[in-house]
Amino acid sequence: MTDQRIPVIEVTPPSEVGEIDLYQKRERIYTRKVEGFFQRLRLYTGWPLLILYFGAPWFNWDGRQAILFDLPARKFHIFAVTFWPQDFPLLAWLLMIAAFGLFTVTVFAGRVWCGYTCPQTVWTSIFMWAEQVSEGTRNQRIKLDQGPWTVNKVWRKSLKHGMWFGFAAFTGITFVGYFTPIRALVIDLPLGQAGMWANLWTLFFTLATYINAGWLREQVCMYMCPYARFQSVMFDHETLVVSYDRKRGEPRGSRKREADPKALALGDCIDCELCVQVCPTGIDIRNGLQYECITCALCIDACDSVMDKMNYPRGLIRYTTENALDGKPSRIMRPRLAGYSLAVLVLTSLFLSVLFNRIPVGIDAIRERGQLFREVDGGLVENVYTLKIRNMGEKEMSYRIAASGIEGASIVGPTRVTIQSGDVLALPIALQVPRESLQGNSNAEVRFTVKAVGQGGIQDTAESRFLGPGPAR
Amino acid sequence: MTSFWSAYIIVLTAITIVGTYWLLFGNRSRPSDSEAKTGHVYDGIEEYDNPLPAWWLYMFVITGVFGVGYLVAFPGLGNFQGLLGWSQEGQWKREVQRAEARFEPVFAAYRDKSIEQIAADPQAVRMGQRLFANNCSVCHGSDARGSVGFPNLTDADWLYGGSPEAIHATLVNGRQAAMPPWEAALGDQGVTNVAHYVRTLSGAEPASAESAAGEAQFKMFCVACHGADGKGNQMLGAPNLADNIWLYGGDLETIKHALRKGRNGQMPAFGEQLSEDKIRLLTAYVYSLSSQ
Repeated sequence: MTDQRIPVIEVTPPSEVGEIDLYQKRERIYTRKVEGFFQRLRLYTGWPLLILYFGAPWFNWDGRQAILFDLPARKFHIFAVTFWPQDFPLLAWLLMIAAFGLFTVTVFAGRVWCGYTCPQTVWTSIFMWAEQVSEGTRNQRIKLDQGPWTVNKVWRKSLKHGMWFGFAAFTGITFVGYFTPIRALVIDLPLGQAGMWANLWTLFFTLATYINAGWLREQVCMYMCPYARFQSVMFDHETLVVSYDRKRGEPRGSRKREADPKALALGDCIDCELCVQVCPTGIDIRNGLQYECITCALCIDACDSVMDKMNYPRGLIRYTTENALDGKPSRIMRPRLAGYSLAVLVLTSLFLSVLFNRIPVGIDAIRERGQLFREVDGGLVENVYTLKIRNMGEKEMSYRIAASGIEGASIVGPTRVTIQSGDVLALPIALQVPRESLQGNSNAEVRFTVKAVGQGGIQDTAESRFLGPGPAR
Repeated sequence: MTSFWSAYIIVLTAITIVGTYWLLFGNRSRPSDSEAKTGHVYDGIEEYDNPLPAWWLYMFVITGVFGVGYLVAFPGLGNFQGLLGWSQEGQWKREVQRAEARFEPVFAAYRDKSIEQIAADPQAVRMGQRLFANNCSVCHGSDARGSVGFPNLTDADWLYGGSPEAIHATLVNGRQAAMPPWEAALGDQGVTNVAHYVRTLSGAEPASAESAAGEAQFKMFCVACHGADGKGNQMLGAPNLADNIWLYGGDLETIKHALRKGRNGQMPAFGEQLSEDKIRLLTAYVYSLSSQ
């Protein structure tokens, strides 16, 4: 027998017009813990990344920290290579590869970055685990928050915030440890011997982590992150998204476990609302794809566990494409995905080839501003330059300097220099040229080349101008 | 600035801050019988007026409070200097003090050494090179080999003396050349004659009738400063005319111009500008250039 309910009709006359606040207080989300295939997957992807983040600064290389971004010295050490600001195009390429990689993955499988690898998600999950440990399950937490301030509540809340703050401090110190040697930092900080800036930045990142993962949580995803907004531009009908199979699930309704849903004219959804209780952004996935959904697949695992108990097949909520849901044929490999993948491949090969062909020497020629030229005894014309030669390699090296572009040009000054690794030499030299060689050209092109002694491949060239007196009148 | 403009700024700032709050809170709610839409339509697509998180409102308020607090503490409201007494000059003074404290041990190491000792120290020479690049290279060139009117510091030819003491005195007190104009005393032909004679001194041209005529006038007017043989006088800064090194050029026209109009080349005094430590480093650097 089906229920027959009397439909409720609003009969209260509207009272005087009230005001609706356009700023609403946030509803606290209590997520319920669930286990399943996708949560295990998240552990397997999350743990290696966490170990990488926390472990990387502790490695040393050649007497210094292996990964160290020394901002005051403008040197960025990554294992065997030291990058200078002049190497920033490499970073630009890397960011482009990351962007296209992101687009490729998003076109294929939706917001997997958000759900599995985004630091906001990873850290929020860790903080939620700490919450679970200190304050209990979902219902226990709700009761605790609604209850009065007892000793038990104070103790539990203190434990939670203590764990949060501890992990946030761990995160903040590690982050600063990428910019200043971490082994010294962890000793100096508690002794109060770290510099003002080290203290400030550590405090800042600790607080930022604490606020972001402990308090803001889904507010970052919903209101702050631009990624959430432009993700949907990249989806198409073939993208794998977390979807509720409406055809299979509706109409929803509770029923006895042994009952046959088809006989009751019910779909597979038993309206247990477990998928809503586990969602960290507080949505109901049964309403369809929403921008808040970070595809963390907690609802999938929750629903699957219920389906198992009901002896129904899994997958009422599952990763699937819009086309598949509509019953249309689904083609995963399509022009868009192929295009993005190709772009990533091309960019990565270009990046690697540029990286491996990187020349660890650079030269800039700065022509003297104070004078146009100098006339010297013997019909010679001189221009003065300051050559800036940087040794970007890992060892001290000797170089030879030569000038070309004008016949008979000779350098007045040292033509063989030795530069320490990481140093920039400012070398004032003069270039002497017989007046006839200029052939009346008052603004000639000239090139300075620096070559490593004994290593022909390591060389660089700088272009400059040679000013002269012009044609004799 | 004048008190009018100061008041203008204060009034505008106050109106803006108050106005921002009024705008913010004035639009804070909508009547409950209004549509939950903003009313904007773009190509048939309408826009909901959904509530924003309350913490955005709090952030706006905090920003305004911070702004007001900032304007009370720091200069910003017209002529009001701020309660904390911060100023650009004060910040600069503090940075100079910090720099001086930081470099004090570096400079102190060279105070007991002689100029010759400092010139032999490679690190001191590099420091001197950088000081030179900042203060001296505008006139003397980055390579110190000078330009028209600015002496070449790398050769052995000195106007006022190349000893460390002389170089130090040049840096501290500056130099003022004082060659008087001679066109009135010599007249046009006299200028030409003397110019020719001067060129014979360095062997730039052979003796001629004009140079012979110029010799007599040279011995009358010029030897007082430039010496009997034209070899110059470092006490006065009178150049050696018998070598082939010319500050302004050795061609006939340039020498005639010098005779007619005189020369008043000036080297600025750095005693007030640079500390004694830096001047000693520069002295050593310049000394090291010519002793190579």
